[in-house]
Amino acid sequence: MRVTFTVNGRPQEADDVWEGESLLYVLRERLGLPGSKNACEQGECGSCTVRLDGVPVCSCLVAAGQAEGREIVTVEGLAEHARERARAAAPRTSDTTGASDPSGSGPGASGTAGTPLDAARAWRAHGADPHTGDGTELAPVQQAFIDAGAVQCGFCTPGLLVAADEMLERNPNPSDADIREALSGNLCRCTGYEKIMDAVRLAAARQGEAV
Amino acid sequence: MPAIGAPTRITQGSRTRGGIGESTLRPDGTLKVTGEFAYSSDMWHEDMLWGHILRSTVAHAEIVSLDTSEALAQPGVYAVLTYDDLPTEVRNYGLEIQDTPVLANGKVRHHGEPVALVAADHPETARRAAARIRVEYRELPVITDESSATAPDAVLVHENRDDHHFAHVPHPNILHRQPIVRGDADAAAARADVIVRGEYTFGMQDQAFLGPESGLAVPEEDGGVHLYIATQWLHSDLRQIAPVLGLPEDKVRMTLAGVGGAFGGREDLSMQIHACLLALRTGKPVKIVYNRFESFFGHVHRHPARLSYEHGATRDGRLTHVRCRIVLDGGAYASASPAVVGNASSLSVGPYVVEDVDIEALALYSNNPPCGAMRGFGAVQACFAYEAQMDKVAAQLGMDPVEFRRINAMEQGTLLPTGQAVDSPAPVAELLRRVKAMPLPPERQWESSEGADVRQLPGGLSNTTHGEGVVRGIGYAVGIKNVGFSEGFDDYSTAKVRLEVVGGRPVAIVHTAMAEVGQGGVTVHAQIARTELGVTQVTIHPADTQVGSAGSTSASRQTYVTGGAVKNACELVREKVLEIGRRKFGTHHPAWATAELLLEGGKVVTDGGEVLGTLADVLEDEGVEIEAEWRHRPTQPFDLRTGQGNGHVQYSFAAHRAVVEVDTELGLVKVVELACAQDVGKALNPLSVVGQIQGGTTQGLGIAVMEEIIVDPKTAKVRNPSFTDYLIPTILDTPTIPVDVLELADDHAPYGLRGIGEAPTLSSTPAVLAAIRNATGLELNRTPVRPEHLTGTA
Amino acid sequence: MDFLRPASWEEALAAKAEHPTAVPIAGGTDVMVEINFDHRRPGHLLDLTRIGDLYDWERGERSVRLGASVPYTRIMSELRADLPGLALAAHTVASPQIRNRGGVGGNLGTASPAGDAHPALLAAGAEVEVASAARGTRMIPIDAFYTGVKRNALEPDELIRAVHVRRADGPQQFSKVGTRNAMVIAVCAFGLALHPETRTVRTGIGSAAPTPVRAAAAEEFLAAALEEGGHWESGKTVPPSVARQFAQLCSGACNPIDDVRGTASYRRHAVGVMARRTLMWTWESYRGARRTTEGAA
Repeated sequence: MRVTFTVNGRPQEADDVWEGESLLYVLRERLGLPGSKNACEQGECGSCTVRLDGVPVCSCLVAAGQAEGREIVTVEGLAEHARERARAAAPRTSDTTGASDPSGSGPGASGTAGTPLDAARAWRAHGADPHTGDGTELAPVQQAFIDAGAVQCGFCTPGLLVAADEMLERNPNPSDADIREALSGNLCRCTGYEKIMDAVRLAAARQGEAV
Repeated sequence: MPAIGAPTRITQGSRTRGGIGESTLRPDGTLKVTGEFAYSSDMWHEDMLWGHILRSTVAHAEIVSLDTSEALAQPGVYAVLTYDDLPTEVRNYGLEIQDTPVLANGKVRHHGEPVALVAADHPETARRAAARIRVEYRELPVITDESSATAPDAVLVHENRDDHHFAHVPHPNILHRQPIVRGDADAAAARADVIVRGEYTFGMQDQAFLGPESGLAVPEEDGGVHLYIATQWLHSDLRQIAPVLGLPEDKVRMTLAGVGGAFGGREDLSMQIHACLLALRTGKPVKIVYNRFESFFGHVHRHPARLSYEHGATRDGRLTHVRCRIVLDGGAYASASPAVVGNASSLSVGPYVVEDVDIEALALYSNNPPCGAMRGFGAVQACFAYEAQMDKVAAQLGMDPVEFRRINAMEQGTLLPTGQAVDSPAPVAELLRRVKAMPLPPERQWESSEGADVRQLPGGLSNTTHGEGVVRGIGYAVGIKNVGFSEGFDDYSTAKVRLEVVGGRPVAIVHTAMAEVGQGGVTVHAQIARTELGVTQVTIHPADTQVGSAGSTSASRQTYVTGGAVKNACELVREKVLEIGRRKFGTHHPAWATAELLLEGGKVVTDGGEVLGTLADVLEDEGVEIEAEWRHRPTQPFDLRTGQGNGHVQYSFAAHRAVVEVDTELGLVKVVELACAQDVGKALNPLSVVGQIQGGTTQGLGIAVMEEIIVDPKTAKVRNPSFTDYLIPTILDTPTIPVDVLELADDHAPYGLRGIGEAPTLSSTPAVLAAIRNATGLELNRTPVRPEHLTGTA
Repeated sequence: MDFLRPASWEEALAAKAEHPTAVPIAGGTDVMVEINFDHRRPGHLLDLTRIGDLYDWERGERSVRLGASVPYTRIMSELRADLPGLALAAHTVASPQIRNRGGVGGNLGTASPAGDAHPALLAAGAEVEVASAARGTRMIPIDAFYTGVKRNALEPDELIRAVHVRRADGPQQFSKVGTRNAMVIAVCAFGLALHPETRTVRTGIGSAAPTPVRAAAAEEFLAAALEEGGHWESGKTVPPSVARQFAQLCSGACNPIDDVRGTASYRRHAVGVMARRTLMWTWESYRGARRTTEGAA
């Protein structure tokens, strides 16, 4: 079947979708957006969390056909989503970000699928500036995850970022218990969650300063 | 307090920003937070096929018949392979013993063993085809524990063993056995005022890394194959893959894809050979991605264990002796079991002074799931038991458990049961002192003005208590873990470092085959290069087999060994650069010949700070590149009868204090705080060090209160292969984890550092158990503790 | 496999009539797991997410008509006052992501004894509104809904439209035991509702019998004890002996099995503990409410 929906602000279409495919599979294998992760495919880890019409859901449990006509935000579009939110919150502030990065696009989003091997081969860790990353413009919660050391293997990170960003949208001043509850559907096996707590607190604090 | 060690001092590169000792940020961090980092399951290729593995539905059986014809006839199916289709006579693989069939050879030995492979144009096509493969099994009796393994009429899991352990084991279903005898345990026992015995059980733990086993094999024009793979050790994979494919190693190219965690579970092969076989057979790229169910069958687990201990002590609190017997269930195939036995035996008494020991550790062959490497590797099971024993002895003596440990704590110079002296700082008593000195979390933190906050109580969101039945308990534990590969293994790594000037700026490129599995090795390599070469710009080359082996990302060894290799290669590059400088400019300034020269800020400077020239001047457009192997001090095998020998190269120590609140009526546990003190030698990246300690601590918490693969003792089938029923801690199960990092240099190691990844996984579990015992007064001789054990309803 | 996307309730019923084996899918939190793990390959998936009515709830005089697909997150935030037991149960469902997607219709359709909503529905009192193209709408009392392990009283051509849950007339509680502090399937669960208007008590037990069940004998015993002691009027504390007996009778209503999540013996024990605690919590709350009312009067 054919499925048409919006991902990170761009219309997307997938053909020859098997009816049993999940939204996660379509994003990863058909639309070239593998940022949402396939850790359990049973709704028990949160690694595949995306926003579906604004609501965080496990994309592994959304049938592809159920996404028809819906709006999806994935980790690949999180930075742009956060920028849009900031713009909407502060309409009179001049926009200094310049040309908006068409970020909904992971590698190869326009037409091709998956991570092309060239992109995979070209993976290099450029330590241009060891303290601030490489200058890519990120959502505050993404930057906070890097700064706080909340990323180790990183496989849980995309889902956690989408969930944490949505929580901060609803609850800008979360208590520790609020953070834990909001992220209790996202498993991490590397960090013991302490640095993730630090990252979300940091993002909330920076968000507070920015307002 | 006596001197217990000192921190490392650094001269070269000490003024370079982003060098060792700083909490620099991950070079792959941005890619990982934007979703662009390419994990092994993210690989994609035009025209690729999907591989699928048909696995056994029974644990022990002969395969009477296997018919693939119907599967092969399905539209969209490109290949179906069984044992008979394997291309060469090499049809087994294994880390140490090649006892694992690539595909079942007329017999399956555990539930979920690979029987056949399918390649098709869609995962669902492959699954439907696999469902049409007809396999007829004739079931055999299952070996599931020591008594069934060594019964007089026991079926042999492996007939015709010819491995190098076979000659010294008492039964063919015993894979390896390591006794350790030192002193005279009988005589020492006679001196003891108290003797405490205990029987302990340790459940089977899963690594539960989040990134499932996956990869992409691409056939190449020269008849070879290129594998993009998540693994812990590229070259070990290569050594096992190439012979099965019938290819020379240079025709099997391997590139490390993004690795979603490992924790030991990627030390053995999973789908590597299968993907390559299908790619070579079909001539098309083949991707295989396990789902979570398959992942539980696709990698080895932590050995479940039965441990019997006897400790003796004098009235003044000194240990007289330890006798113990540790039976590890290795499951159907060898994997890393022999080395796990070596660790369990040699570290079985813990970080204590014990002169007289009688120790035996062994691993069984059984029809249970194969077990092998997992963070802590044999030392974890022992620590759970000896720390429980230490508490029991202290209680018998009426002593404070921490004080009793302090009295018996090992120090630098203490002999291990193997007769080997610990030749670096061993601040065991100091770690206990520090962890005990940390402030305790306030009582009843769950009380708020609006009533009880269930999120902070046992049971959490499930709303089981508002404080009723809740009792607090505190427990302590400390452990010792060896670092690096032991028992005479030639443990080395290789680094290729290039220094060149690009656009007037010096750039270092570090190329190793080290598997970055999340631990932050890539961060540390860049830091080492900055420190050693005095540059800020460092590029980390992707890990692949175009450079020599880095050894495994396991045994807490990578920062030590590959970090050491990078340091070594950088030093060689530095020497070469200075040699070029002396050749070019030596006549211009006498300091080139007389002073100690350093590289700082892209310049050659004297140790007095005088600038002699820039790297751009010295190198011009000539890059300096050196690839070199580096190894730590050699170790020796343990004597097969006495266990004596200098088997280890370094140790890592951590201590924990657990504070728990137990709902004593429902048997539910909330860990309130899990404080850790660890000696790391030198924290190359303090942020990463703390992250490792907190992560390892949490895996120890998991096996204390919830994690266990449950195998049916009658059928040897796994009963809970899912994240619904194999539970790992959520953020609501994980407490605050304050960490106190001690840095006492090991003078034998690069920068004085210690491997750190595993030690926190050891003592975390027994500390939590001790705290639960403290809260409940129960004996609790098994882990994980289930509500049944706390409520008498097991 | 065909994917049917009815745009209205009538279309959905017509589709279900035409394809009685079609598997309805809304939140997907049960169905997609079965599909992802190859446990189920239905000929048709019947997507209900386009039917807006299923996502609405209405407050009636006696009950709330809760659309089958209203997600647990909204039950927690919008119905805490009317359906406190169900709101508490909703809060224990899986994870925030699942609560955003799953609804009570799924729990009822799957009819797993471990479904979190069941004990709360049993305790509150409810009727399931189901419909078919051929026979129209019928109401199934919740007590008659669960017919076996993962079986319910639906006919093959029927779909669940809504559940009518009695609005609380007194305090309600829900408690569930799992071996993790979040995102866990019930080892067993217990729901309790006090109904001061009728001076009755209702219970619901999850995961401790082949189906969700009520502890009828316990309910009767407690109602009688409260009546006899004049507790409803006086609001005085429930004597420990009554609470103990109630807990024992609740344990006795269980018919559990040993499985990987827990032993039968533990389940019986835990249901008793939860029964006693939820009785204390609800009764304290009832007393508190009485005091407030009297104070205001």
